[in-house]
This record gives sequence, C-alpha cells and structure tokens, in this order.
Amino acid sequence: MSENTKNDTKEEVVDSELPLDKNVRLMSPARMVVRRFFRSKLSIVGLIMVVGLFIFSFLGPLVYTQWGEIELDESGKTEYSVTETTYTVDGREYTVRQTTEKSLKDNFLAPPSSEHILGTDNEGYDIFVRLMYGGRISLIVSFIAVFLITILGVIMGGIAGFFGGVIDNIIMRACDILICLPGIPILLIISTILDASEIDAKYRIYLLMIYLTFISWPGTARLVRGQILSLREQEYMVAAEAMGYSTGRKIFKHLVPNVMPQLIVSMSLSLGSMILYEATLSYLNLGVKAPYAAWGTMINIISTNQDILQNHLNVWVPAGVCIVIAVLGFNFIGDGLRDALDPKARR
Amino acid sequence: MFKYIIKRLIMSVFILLGVSMIIYFLIRLMPVDFIQDKINAINQGGATVSEETVNAMYEMYGLGDNSFLGILKGYFSWLGALATLDLGTSFVYGIPVAQVIFEHMGISFAIALIATIFEFMIAIPLGITAATHQYSFRDYIVTILVMIGISLPSFFFGQMLKDVLALKLGWFPASGLVNATASFSGVELLLDYFKHMFIPILTIVILSIGARMRMTRTNMLEVMNSDYIRTARAKGLRESVVINKHAFRNTLIPLVTSLAGLLPSLFSGAIITEQVFDLPGIGNIALDAMNRGDIPFIMGYNMFLALLSVIGVLLADLMYGLVDPRVKLE
Repeated sequence: MSENTKNDTKEEVVDSELPLDKNVRLMSPARMVVRRFFRSKLSIVGLIMVVGLFIFSFLGPLVYTQWGEIELDESGKTEYSVTETTYTVDGREYTVRQTTEKSLKDNFLAPPSSEHILGTDNEGYDIFVRLMYGGRISLIVSFIAVFLITILGVIMGGIAGFFGGVIDNIIMRACDILICLPGIPILLIISTILDASEIDAKYRIYLLMIYLTFISWPGTARLVRGQILSLREQEYMVAAEAMGYSTGRKIFKHLVPNVMPQLIVSMSLSLGSMILYEATLSYLNLGVKAPYAAWGTMINIISTNQDILQNHLNVWVPAGVCIVIAVLGFNFIGDGLRDALDPKARR
Repeated sequence: MFKYIIKRLIMSVFILLGVSMIIYFLIRLMPVDFIQDKINAINQGGATVSEETVNAMYEMYGLGDNSFLGILKGYFSWLGALATLDLGTSFVYGIPVAQVIFEHMGISFAIALIATIFEFMIAIPLGITAATHQYSFRDYIVTILVMIGISLPSFFFGQMLKDVLALKLGWFPASGLVNATASFSGVELLLDYFKHMFIPILTIVILSIGARMRMTRTNMLEVMNSDYIRTARAKGLRESVVINKHAFRNTLIPLVTSLAGLLPSLFSGAIITEQVFDLPGIGNIALDAMNRGDIPFIMGYNMFLALLSVIGVLLADLMYGLVDPRVKLE
C-alpha cells in the first residue's frame, strides 16, 4: 500500500500518512440518498414549492398584518339615490326630493390594488391574507392525518406481519373492510352527524380527517406487512432471535427501520393526496366553514355564483393555484425520494 | 381455481357485512330529532314525504329504540331488507332507492366508460415512450405534464375548463345533459349529448391519465430490464418488435388487472365532476340527496358503492390469475 502511493503523485503521498478510512471518501447510505435526491431537478423544484408555501402560510401573516383572516374591509362607498315626487295641490306644483343614503358597509369584490394585493372576495375579506390562513389549515391538517395514518399503519402492519396466523388474518380482513368503505359519501354522513351535534366550525375539519385516517391506514399497513414478511426470514432476524431480544424490540428496532424508505415515499405522496382531500371537503362545504378560510372553501363560492366564476378570477384562481403547487410539490418530492431511495436505480 | 372463487365469494360476503355494520352504526349516531328536522325541511322544500314512508323507514332501521338489543334488532331487520334488495323509499324522490340508483347510474357509467377508454388510449402510449426513452427530454416532459394532471383538484380544473371553454368561448354548453330549449331526436340528440359530456369527460381524462401513465412506465421499465428482452435484442430483432411484441405483452398484465378492478367503479359516479357540470348522474343525485338528509338514499348509495368496490377487488384478483399464467390462485 505505502509503496504504491509513494510512486504516485505528491498529493497522495501526503494522504498515505493518514489512516486508510480518512484516505477513502466514505459516504453513509443516508448521504448517498441525499446526494441522489438533490441531483434530480424535479425534487429541488418540489422542495422549493413546499418550503415556499410553508413560509408563505406560517410566516406570511406575521409580516403582512394589514388584514386579518376574518377581518372585513368596511371601507365601502356610500350610495345616494334621489327620488322626485311631484304633487299638485290647489293648482300649484310641489316637487319633493327625497334623498336616500345607502351605505354599502363592506368593500366586497374589490379589484387587486395596493391595499388588497389580490382584491377582496364577495364578503369583503382580503383574499391574499386568507390564502395564507387557508394554507395553514391545509398543511397542518394533512400533516396530522399523514402522521396518524403512518403510526397506525406501522403498528397494525408490523403486528400482522410479525405474528402472522390468526392475528394477521384478523387485521388483514379489517383492512379489506375499511378499503371497501366509500370515502366522500361517508364523510357526508359524518358531516351531517357533526352538524347535528353542533360542533364548533373550527374543529370539524380535524374530526373529518380522523375519519380519513381511520379508512386510510390499511394502505400503509399492507405495505409494512409485505415488507416485514420478507424481512422476517433474513439472517439478521435469526441473530436477533438468538440474542433473545424482546418482540417489541425486534419489530420496532430491527424490522420497521428497514421499511422506512418505502414509508417515507408513501408519506410524502399521501401528503399530496390529503391536501386534495381536505380541499375537496372544504369545496363541498363540509370541512372548514365560513368565516374561516381554507383553499377549498375559497373556491366553493363559484359553484353557486356564475358572475364570480366568469368575471372575478382573482377570487378563486389563486386558491386553486395554491392547491396545485402544494400537491405538485409533495408529489415531486415523493418521486425524487423514491428514485433516491431505490438502490436498483443508481445513476 | 373453482375452490378459490368460492372462498373469495364467501370472504366478500363477510366484507360486505362488515361494511354494512359500520354504515349502520354511523347512521344510528344521528339524533332522531335531527332526522325529523331534515324530513320537515324536505317537506317545506316542495317534495312530500308521506307519513307511510317515514314510518316504514323507522321500522326498517329500528330507529327510536336505543337499547343495545334494539340497535342489534334494527341492524338485522335492515340487513334482512337489504338481502331482498329492498333499500327503502327515498325521502326526496318518493320512489324506491334502488330505482333511483338504477335510473341514474347509466349516465355516470356512460361518462366514466368513455373517459376510461380515452384514458387508456392516451396513457399507455405515453407510458411506453417515457419508459423506452427513460431520462430523456421526452420522458421529463411527459412526466411533468401528467404530474400536473394528478395534482389538479377536480373541482378547480373542471370550473376552469367550464369558464374558458363554455362560458368565455362558448364552444360547449356549460351544464346539464340536454339542451332544454331545443327538442332533438336521433343523431342530433346524440350529438347534443356528446357536446354536453365533452368537458366533463375531458376533465376526468386529464386528471386520471397520470396514474395510468406512471403505472405503465414503471411496469415497462421493469420488463425492459429483464433477461428475455436482452435475449430478444441479442437475436437481432428490431427494436420496435422487441418493445411492441415482447415487452408490451408483459406490461399488459397489470393494466388488464386494473381495468377489471376498475369496471364496477364506473357505475359509482363522479360526485365532484357531476356536481360542477350539473349532470344528472348518480354522484350528483347522491350529493344532493345527502345534503338534504335523505337517510334511506344515503344508506342505499353507500352500500351500493361498497358492493361495487368488493366486486372490483374480486374481479381484479381473478383477472390476475387468468392473464398471468405464472400466478396460481389458491
């Protein structure tokens, strides 16, 4: 080894005085994944989109404080209308002028201006600010739902895959049943139940997302179970058995970490679909209800108001664009992660 | 094979039982006076819900008796009615629920079927070119475009198309299924239907192409890396023969399987798209009925959807065994 390096360039001679592990560029698997992830332009674009939206919705309201989420712009104009009535009394004409003052308190459907960057909606709320608050709700709700789905899925899938037999059978049949439950129609029922029990408008969306978690975990559970079934037979599990580790340690320390790559990919992809779900619910007026803002709720108005659909694009298009950016961003990231984590697809 | 089918059928029955249990207990969570309020609202809205219908529903679901045994009894009486395809009478429409579903699912099916045909016809060639030109400019463009398609919310994209193509340009009618002011017949009527269904179908196709294209691409890539493709190339076959004759056939397996699984769901109706374009499909009808608290319809529609997805899973599994001779069903 030392003979070889001495014959080489000077630079490497210096290196040869270092121990071998410093001489060779070592790269942990995690670093390799990160490098592969950042090599793809699409994943960087996705990351920028998602981080941008996070900054916009969480820091935006702190910086841009002109308007609040449910603060009406009450600078509407006052309209005067004059009506003239003519009376004829004793041959002489009297003209009575009546002036009515009608004040339109709320400045609604205002076009974009320096005061309202994107104008105001049909109620008189500032659209730009509501986009930020809507983003908060969408992102928070989707993250909570995805984490709950993952935790539940890992526990159920882990147990089913590890123990097999009757327990596996029971959990998998439960999955079969939950997968056959309709999504939106049942959410409509639950929404009606929430209406009946007069839940605060702020918390409805969380309760609805809990139902979504309840019907969505089987996907993750099946993924985890499938992986564990194949991992279970590997030598290192025999070793873990021989070491006398507890069952919990075997499942959650030795098996689950090996499922992590697939889990991370499925998490980032389901973040996108959860945002879509939340937006759809709000669009159907089931999720976040007025006066609170959500991207879907902001688009809801055009389903009944053709005028806004055609002539006030600034009211509904920005919210739709935000949804697309969020979902696309998470999809790009998920895709990039899948390629980066796949050891077969090395480029 | 026969034994496998029987086993799966029995399992499907149990899955349906599980689903029905969940749906039934959800309905039972609804306060009874709330149901009464909803019925009153429907009555004020013009339609009349006869006393008879309401009583029949109360009896069928065993509402009002909230003891554990009462709920259990109610569930089984509802289940018994279900078994004879009696879904009760819809509050809003005043006719049996099964009839409402049957009358409106045809429109949904027609739209979904045409959309699915276009979806497969466009997505499969796209997926194949993307796979055979992996990491090329073409692959990136196709991937980015279909990803945008996947990420579009249906209500937003549908309204956008409606705004531009129907309201601004006036090329297509904005909503409904037939032109109410003109009375067409024969070919003209068919043309009118097509005009009305064009934008909804376009919306569905653009939104669903992505998933199918990516599925084709992934499978195609996997097949292209297998040994027999290398053998085919080594034999000196033309690239087009290698791709179209050798590789594509194996890519078809998951596509055919998913198509079989998809078939039943074509009847289920696209709630959002139908709502946006105000089409009288089963999805829009259901949304309207559910917003108005039509309990028998909600129950019936949910069970209908569950049945469709159970059949879909069953068909997909059976199809997988049929088209792929390497798979042995047990």
